[in-house]
Amino acid sequence: MKLTGAQALIKSLEMQGVEVIFGLPGGAILPVYDPIIDSPIRHILVRHEQGAGHMAEGYAQVTNRPGVAMVTSGPAATNIVTPLANAYMDSTPMVVITGQVATSSIGTDAFQEADTTGITMSITKHNWLITDASEVPEVVAEAFHVATSGRPGPVLIDMPKDVSNQMMDWYWPEAVDLPGFKPTTKGHPRSIQSAARLIKESKRPVLYVGGGVIRAGASGALLALAEKTGIPVVTTLMARGAFPDSHPLCLGMPGMHGNYTAVTSMQKSDLLITLGARFDDRVTGKLAGFAPEAKVIHVDIDPAELSKIRQADIPIVGDVRSVIEDLIEALDKGEAGEMAQADLAPWISQIRTWQQRHPLTYDRDASNGALKPQYVIETLSSLTPEGSILASGVGQHQMWASQYWRFEHPNAWVNSGGLGTMGYAVPAAIGAKVGRPDKIVWAVDGDGCFQMTAQELVTASAERIPVKIALLNNAYLGMVRQWQEMFYDQRYSEVYLSPDLPDYVKWAEAMGCVALRVEAPEEVAPAIEKANEINDRPVVIEFRIDSSEKVYPMVPAGATNDEIVLGPMSGAGQ
Amino acid sequence: MTNTGPSVVPMSLPGGRSARGVSHHVLSVLVENRAGVLARVALLFSRRGYNIYSLAVAPTDDERFSRLTVVVDLDSAPLEQVTKQLHKLINVIKITEIDPADAVEQELLLAVVAADISSRGQILELVGIFGAKVLDVGLERLTLALADTPEKLDDFTELIKVFGLIEVQRSGRVALAKLNRGSGRGGISKGKAS
Repeated sequence: MKLTGAQALIKSLEMQGVEVIFGLPGGAILPVYDPIIDSPIRHILVRHEQGAGHMAEGYAQVTNRPGVAMVTSGPAATNIVTPLANAYMDSTPMVVITGQVATSSIGTDAFQEADTTGITMSITKHNWLITDASEVPEVVAEAFHVATSGRPGPVLIDMPKDVSNQMMDWYWPEAVDLPGFKPTTKGHPRSIQSAARLIKESKRPVLYVGGGVIRAGASGALLALAEKTGIPVVTTLMARGAFPDSHPLCLGMPGMHGNYTAVTSMQKSDLLITLGARFDDRVTGKLAGFAPEAKVIHVDIDPAELSKIRQADIPIVGDVRSVIEDLIEALDKGEAGEMAQADLAPWISQIRTWQQRHPLTYDRDASNGALKPQYVIETLSSLTPEGSILASGVGQHQMWASQYWRFEHPNAWVNSGGLGTMGYAVPAAIGAKVGRPDKIVWAVDGDGCFQMTAQELVTASAERIPVKIALLNNAYLGMVRQWQEMFYDQRYSEVYLSPDLPDYVKWAEAMGCVALRVEAPEEVAPAIEKANEINDRPVVIEFRIDSSEKVYPMVPAGATNDEIVLGPMSGAGQ
Repeated sequence: MTNTGPSVVPMSLPGGRSARGVSHHVLSVLVENRAGVLARVALLFSRRGYNIYSLAVAPTDDERFSRLTVVVDLDSAPLEQVTKQLHKLINVIKITEIDPADAVEQELLLAVVAADISSRGQILELVGIFGAKVLDVGLERLTLALADTPEKLDDFTELIKVFGLIEVQRSGRVALAKLNRGSGRGGISKGKAS
């Protein structure tokens, strides 16, 4: 069968089981857009290429399948650089296809030419510039294999226009042959036995759980391990939902804005059982003072993460689900099986004391009429069916969302962790809703973030993707404002945005959404209930929240986690 | 390149410490012979803040592969991190860590040295002692070549410098592990990982 390179590309995506492409056409990718008309693959036409990338990420975060985005060359390719960098930091599987000028024009500074593979080399797991149409099926198969195997991540295929038009003999490779890419998935048995012994001996262990647990589909195994050992669990920002918040062993989120118990239990721990986490600086605080007495078991599928930041006493390379399952077995077998587990009762009792003394808290007194963002998210969480998906942008609202939404399931929290990409929420929520149309998808967004990518709500309206946006409008770049208040003597520099410029209700309506404005606490619940009933178009609720509200607790930058600042409302109950 | 690498618990440094007091280690890296591979390796070093002391690259006997010989400045990053990050490159097939004590190394030096009638004889004497070659002869200059260990090249350069060095070009070293004769330690090769 003779196909053009473009036809082969679309057919290869079909062979990979791709059901949706997020994209926007242009000159160099034109030939590839023609066969899309005849393909069963759904194409969602975005309004900006960054939106296509974040939608593909949101799709991948809730389905654990690779998201696919397709854009043209030059400025379109550079517009999708941010999503690539974001997906690389958060290990999100994504395949991006970019058009490229014809091979004969590459290097001549042709119209809409950019060195896309060069630009994206350090923010992709790998990228390919196709130079002959016969390579297309092989490269697509390799690209999906690399994006989804080992530590997941983004890849990019650069497709010159003449290659798209070139004829080739269709084939589909039976296997991928990449001699330089053979991820280790099975943990080393001896290391697992050593880990089991250490777990039995430890008196103050903590399961330090990162986003890798969600990527590996290891939540079930983690639950079994936690319940078998009775060891408490902290879930990082990327791992919210990997372990249910309602479980008595769940301590919640650690880190710069983590709760007191999660932060302090890690600080005082004698053993951090680190599963698919990477000792991010937002978790460790000042590294020299982080968990000084803890030994470290570190499980990760990426060997380069082991001992990168914190020296591991027992490094284990492997798929975290497989390693947890082996670890559960090892606890009952051999030398470790004969050992009695240390008594954790004093440790758990200490943890319960911390939880009672220092719960997450804010000013619940509504008498002054100020609308607190925490109250909005608590209400949103309680009025929205369990199992719904929450997306978020980056900043104060993201931290409040992570603190006050109740996370019970994996793949139900869509946020930008490592790169901290403002504007992530709206497009990522749209991608998530496309991936899980059966779920309610809410995005919590800030006014600063919303203005960066809100135009994708036009995409959502046009494509009938009924996402819901809870816009927390405090008229400021809130997190920056908080830092200027706390660390720059309240010298506010370029952080004021205005509460009503733009008029968010009019703007949302102009984009085809139902729009509501909420200014008082008693209006919160009715607005959310109304939004939850709308299922035929996007909804935006603008919440005019208290501008002065800050995120607490907080570990100041450069401080150790022992120096956690609890905020004005803590103290109560001590 | 400057040292901006992450601070990590120091590890033992089996590499040789050169006369400059910098700790070096040699990595022999087998890569797929594809466009852009050198850029990927160079970018990785730059982006992670690792210092390359020297780099030599050439195809192997198997045309599908090339071999990079990278001399890494270990004061910029622990060797373990460098090799792990290199392994993540899809085009990297195999990395052999070569402890200089267990390696055979060669480097090529080309030098243009001032050589008038009065000094020419002494220079040619040194050429004979070191087993160097005269590649080109001018009225007042000689172009010399020496292929030997990097240390020998250092010595040779030091000695001919007194006559007036006009230009020096070195290739960067290439290295292979010493052959195993039963008891000796060879280079340690590592399997691939994610």
